Amino acid sequence: MINFLLLPILIPLITGVLLMFINKHVMLQRWVASISAFVTVIIAAMLAHKVHTEGIQTLNLSNWDAPFGITLVSDMLSALLVLTTSIISFACIIFSFRGIGQEREKFNYYASMSFLIVGVNGAFTTGDIFNLFVFFEVMLMSSYVLIVLGGTKIQLRESIKYLLVNVISSALFVIAVGYLYSVTGTLNMAHLSERIASISADGQLGIITVIGVLFMIVFGLKGAVFPLFFWLPGSYYAPPAPVMAIFGALLTKVGVYSITRTYSLLFYHEGGTIQALLGVMAVLSIIFGVIGAIAYWDIKKIIIYNIITAVGVILAGVASMNEDALAGSVFYIIHDMIVKAALFLLVGIMIAITGTSNLKQISGLIKNYPGLAWTFFIASLALAGIPPLSGFVGKLLLIKGVFDAEHYWTGAIILMSSLFVLFSVMKIFINGFWGKPLTYKGEEKAPVRQLMAAPVILVILAVVYGVGADFVFPYISQAANILVNPDLYIDAVLKE
Amino acid sequence: MEILMAFVIGILFMCATYLILSKSLLRIIIGTGLLSHGAHLLLLTMGGLKKGAAPLLGEEAPSYTDPLPQALILTAIVISFGVTAFFLVLAYRAYKELGTDNMEKLRGTEGND
Repeated sequence: MINFLLLPILIPLITGVLLMFINKHVMLQRWVASISAFVTVIIAAMLAHKVHTEGIQTLNLSNWDAPFGITLVSDMLSALLVLTTSIISFACIIFSFRGIGQEREKFNYYASMSFLIVGVNGAFTTGDIFNLFVFFEVMLMSSYVLIVLGGTKIQLRESIKYLLVNVISSALFVIAVGYLYSVTGTLNMAHLSERIASISADGQLGIITVIGVLFMIVFGLKGAVFPLFFWLPGSYYAPPAPVMAIFGALLTKVGVYSITRTYSLLFYHEGGTIQALLGVMAVLSIIFGVIGAIAYWDIKKIIIYNIITAVGVILAGVASMNEDALAGSVFYIIHDMIVKAALFLLVGIMIAITGTSNLKQISGLIKNYPGLAWTFFIASLALAGIPPLSGFVGKLLLIKGVFDAEHYWTGAIILMSSLFVLFSVMKIFINGFWGKPLTYKGEEKAPVRQLMAAPVILVILAVVYGVGADFVFPYISQAANILVNPDLYIDAVLKE
Repeated sequence: MEILMAFVIGILFMCATYLILSKSLLRIIIGTGLLSHGAHLLLLTMGGLKKGAAPLLGEEAPSYTDPLPQALILTAIVISFGVTAFFLVLAYRAYKELGTDNMEKLRGTEGND
C-alpha cells in the first residue's frame, strides 16, 4: 500500500476531528483517543519495519512529480521518531484518564492532543520546507491550546510568553524560507540540497552560510538551544503533568530533528562555520542546562533543565557529523524522548501525592510508595546513562564519534555533564524518597496505582531499549547512514 | 523596486522589534502584526517583482508573475491570523484574570527559591 506513510498523520487527524463532535462524553472520548493512539503505535512500528526492509519510502501527494508537489519522505530517522512519538502520546493519553481532571477533558483536551500528534508526525515525515513550517504551526497551535487549557493564573501568564516567542520564531521561519526560495527557487528539500550544492560549487558560499545560521536561530528557538532557551523553564512549568510530559518529550525534539535534517541534507557543503557554531551552542546548552538542574530545589524545574542538557548532547553529536556520532545522536534522542516523558509523569504523580513541587517539603515517599520510588530510581539511572539502561549506548557511541572528530573538550564536557545530571535526579531521589515520611494533603485522593501504568510502560521500554541495543542497532545505523550520505535521500525523492 | 521594498520591510521589522520590546501587552500584539506583515511582504519580494500578468491562465499573457510565493503568503496569512486571534483572546482573558497588561508585573517566581 503506497499511502502507508501517510497513516501516522491521517489517523490522529481523523481522530481529532471525531473527538470534537463528542466533546461532552468523557468516557467515549477516552476510548476513542486511546484506541486511535494504540493503532498509530502499531502502524508506526509496521512503517519502521517497512523502511528497514524496503528502504526509504516516498510519496508524492496527488501524483505530482517530486520537486513540484509536496513529497512525504519516511527514512529510518523519521520512521523511528514517528514510532517514539506514537508510543509517548499513547502513554500520555492513558495517564490523562486519571491525571488531568474532567473539567479539562470536556473542553477538547483529547482533540488538541491528537492535533499535536498530527503536527509532530507531519514535521518528522515531510520532505518540503514550507510544509515543515505548516506542520510546525499545527503542532504549535495545539500546544498553545494545551498550555492554557484550564486557565489558571500561572498558565495564562506563561502562555503569553510562550506564544510570543513562538510567533516571533515562526515569522523568522517564514523569512528564512523566503530567502532560501529567492536563492534557490525551490522548496523541496532534496531539490534544495542539489541546488545548494551547485551554488556552493560556484563559490557563493556567503549567502548559504547566512541562511544556514538563520535556520539555526529558528530551530534553536523551537528546540531550546543556548542562548535561545530562555522561554522554556517558565513555559514548561505552567501546564499539568501529562501536557508537560508530551511537551518535554516531543516539542523540543522536533526542533532538534529539524536541525539534524537541515544540516545533514542542505547545508553540509560548506562545513566549518555552521558546524563550529552548532558545536559551541551545543556545549553551552549542556553547561547551562546542568547549572539550572543543580541550582533548583523544585522537582519540575530540575527535570525541565535536563531537557536543555539533553538537547545540547544530541546536537554535539550532530555537530561532529561522522557516522558514529550521528548514530549516537539518533540513539540518544529516542532514549531521551522516552525517559523524559517517564520522568515528567513520575514527577506529576509526586506532585499529585504531595501537592507541592518544592523538594524541601517532600521526604520519605519510599515508605508508602515503593513502586513509585523504584520506577523513579530506574528512570534516573537511565537518564544519566548507567550501563545496562538506555542512556548508555547512545552516549557511548556519541562520545566515540565526538572524540573521532577530535572535539576533545566537547567529549569531556558531555562526560562531566552525565555526572551532574545524575546528581540532579539523585537529589530528588535522596531528598524526596528517603528520610522521614510526612503526611500530605493529596495522599488519600491521588489514584497512584492507575497513574503508575503509563510511566511503568515507558520505563520498561527504556530498559528493553537499553538491554536490547543489539536488536535496535541495525535500525539506528540505517538512520545514521542516510544522514551521512544525503545522496541516498536525494535519489529516493527525485528518482534519478 | 526590490530595493525600495527591502527598505520598507526593514522599517516594518524595526517598528515590530521596538513594539515587541515594550511593556504593554497590546503594543506587543501590534508588534507581532507588523512582524507578520513584514515577513509576508518579504516573501513576495523574494519571489521576484518582475512584471507579468496575474497568475490566471485566462489572461493568456506571454509571461506571468510567480504563483508560488503568493500561495505561500496566503497560507502564512491565515496561520498568523489564527494565531493573532488566539493571542488577542488570551490577552483579554489574562487582563480579566490577572488585572494587568503590564509585562513587568507578569513575572513568575514559582520554584525560584
